[in-house]
Amino acid sequence: MNSPGMLLADEETDGAFIPRLPVGEKLEEGFDWFQDQFSGLIRGVEIAFETTSEGLAEILAAPDALVLTAIFALIAFLMRDWKLALLTVPLMLFIVSVDLWEEALETLALVAVATVVALVIAIPLGVLAAKSQFVSRAVRPVLDLMQTMPALVWLIPTLAMFGLGMPAGILATIIFALPPGVRFTELAIRQVDSEVVEAGHAFGSTGWQILFGIQLPLATKTIMAGVNQVIMLALSMAVFGGFVGAGGLGNEVSGAINTIDLERGLEAGLCVVMFAIYLDRVTAALGATEESTLYKLLRRRKPQQQQTEPDEAEAAEASTKTG
Amino acid sequence: MPDNSNNSQSAVSVRNVYKAFGKRPETVVRKLKAGATRDEVKSLGTAAVIDASFEVARGEIFVVMGLSGSGKSTLIRTLNGIQPPTEGTVEIFGQDITTVNAKRLRQIRREKISMVFQHFALLPHRTVGQNAAYALETRGVNRSDREKKAKESLELVGLKGYEYYYPHELSGGMRQRVGLARALAAETELMLMDEAFSALDPLIRKEMQDQLLELQQELGKTIVFITHDLNEAMRLGNRIAVMRDGRIVQNGTTEQILNDPANDYVAQFIQDVDRTRVLTAGDVKEPPVALLGAEQGPRAAHRLMRENQTTALCVVDQAKHLLGVVYETDAAEGVASGQDTLEGLIRPMPTTSSTTVLAELLNAAAEHAAGLAVVDDDGRLLGVIPRVTLLSSLADPSSAALKTIPQEATS
Repeated sequence: MNSPGMLLADEETDGAFIPRLPVGEKLEEGFDWFQDQFSGLIRGVEIAFETTSEGLAEILAAPDALVLTAIFALIAFLMRDWKLALLTVPLMLFIVSVDLWEEALETLALVAVATVVALVIAIPLGVLAAKSQFVSRAVRPVLDLMQTMPALVWLIPTLAMFGLGMPAGILATIIFALPPGVRFTELAIRQVDSEVVEAGHAFGSTGWQILFGIQLPLATKTIMAGVNQVIMLALSMAVFGGFVGAGGLGNEVSGAINTIDLERGLEAGLCVVMFAIYLDRVTAALGATEESTLYKLLRRRKPQQQQTEPDEAEAAEASTKTG
Repeated sequence: MPDNSNNSQSAVSVRNVYKAFGKRPETVVRKLKAGATRDEVKSLGTAAVIDASFEVARGEIFVVMGLSGSGKSTLIRTLNGIQPPTEGTVEIFGQDITTVNAKRLRQIRREKISMVFQHFALLPHRTVGQNAAYALETRGVNRSDREKKAKESLELVGLKGYEYYYPHELSGGMRQRVGLARALAAETELMLMDEAFSALDPLIRKEMQDQLLELQQELGKTIVFITHDLNEAMRLGNRIAVMRDGRIVQNGTTEQILNDPANDYVAQFIQDVDRTRVLTAGDVKEPPVALLGAEQGPRAAHRLMRENQTTALCVVDQAKHLLGVVYETDAAEGVASGQDTLEGLIRPMPTTSSTTVLAELLNAAAEHAAGLAVVDDDGRLLGVIPRVTLLSSLADPSSAALKTIPQEATS
């Protein structure tokens, strides 16, 4: 595996006066050191990734495919409307009909775990970046690196850390999918109307009260757009996970590439597309909560309250007058 | 009354406050103190407020007036420490807020100062009731108490029954009422209002101004009000500070500003003011030259008129209640017919209260030669406004549009 790197190191650079810098070599040394120092941590993370993702995949696979499809459709209905629920059914049935249901669920579990971890890191980091110019400047180049480095390259260090299997795929997916979560959160917090934040200060709110009472609620829409992006990137990266034996649809795709099996590759690829459509529509609805069925159901109780409250007030007033 | 010697009486006391923005605000302030102008320090930073000093008495409406960029919005934000001054002191009810730590400052904001914003600054994800209760929630007041208080203050501003609406379901005027209710619910003695009515259309704005004045009479808050509209400033303010380029160029009562502008800038400003809507009967009234007792006869009336060279006299009873007016011609007739009392000679006289603006007096004044009487709520005579006085009070003292013919030799 090291041979192409070694070969390059011996070659001359194009500019005669510029020495060949052993950048990759040094980075690898650093990486090795990290691996030695934190082997316990790495092992812990590996176990955590493995158990959660495999556990989740098993839970998802436990009910019949049709039952799960119905559940997915219900989620779509609550998050958005009946049209999306209706769309969900053919999307899922397609996956079942090409006999890739279990593989697809494995991929879904991988995406879910990676997304949750990515968001747990990305959202607080985004908030910090919005609050502090220093953090913002420090984080930006790191995010650029994570996003622009060819996605497959991330598989190499993760493979070195975890070996073949799902944890390597999950870590690579986290790295690749995390940046938009940070960027959108930072942008979202910065975009909150400064006068409203000022109002919070003017009435003596603490920084935490302003963050949780004003900034985060008002930033939700944009943050949810970031969540959507994270999920989409995670889904696309999860398929690459097949190259490190992360299982699921990725395995099918990489297997199909190795055997030039167009039929199998296309079917697996289309399954990813089906999931992508479903996840995209559902998570896009996160940003527009007013249109969701759930929100409407919750809001429906409000007008009743509205009507009863003034009545009560009047009744109370009347009673005080008479009494 | 604002009095510098007795600062404990002041709600707000601002002394030599400077506020500069930029990389090195202290340098900007040092240069300004050494005599540099605002433009000269521009490369170093923006001087938003330059050497501002004023006192606001308890229960007063103090208006800061200036065009955009004059520093008035920054100035009001130094009062609650959202923009801490670069130099100078700000005392709120005797407490210097420029030296306190962040925790104490928050406490002062919670307990002493509330604020109303130009664009309302309501929380869109909360109901009107929750918005109105915001200050109390911050303070840690329990749910039922703060809901009760919020409801009361919404009622005060005329939004009873709107607790469960969301801000986006209300009109601009109603939203600002919510902003006002939020400030009132905080029950602070000091209220800061930053261009609070500027985003509203003129009719609603007038309505809100009236409501504010009403609330002020009822609740007796101390209010610092920022505006760029001089008419608004004159309507609301007990005292007005005019700001230009970061400095306070004049600080005085409505009348002082109108009749004695400190410089050309202020003079230019007040040119466009509709004096008839700013000055009130109380501002221009004069003591009556002479009064006629109800028990006196036409002979005494005639004599009094001759002595005072007037053609009409106000008639009052013992408690100074106004009964009407007697004109010279009537008095002369009474004397000729040998009448002993004023019976049948007293004519009605138009009366007004001292808070009525002049615009509403012009019609009545045109119809009655004797002018108008200013009376209190019980009908007691406070003063009179002869027609000449009314006319001259409408004139702009700085106007030079007229020439007198023949020209005076001294000019």
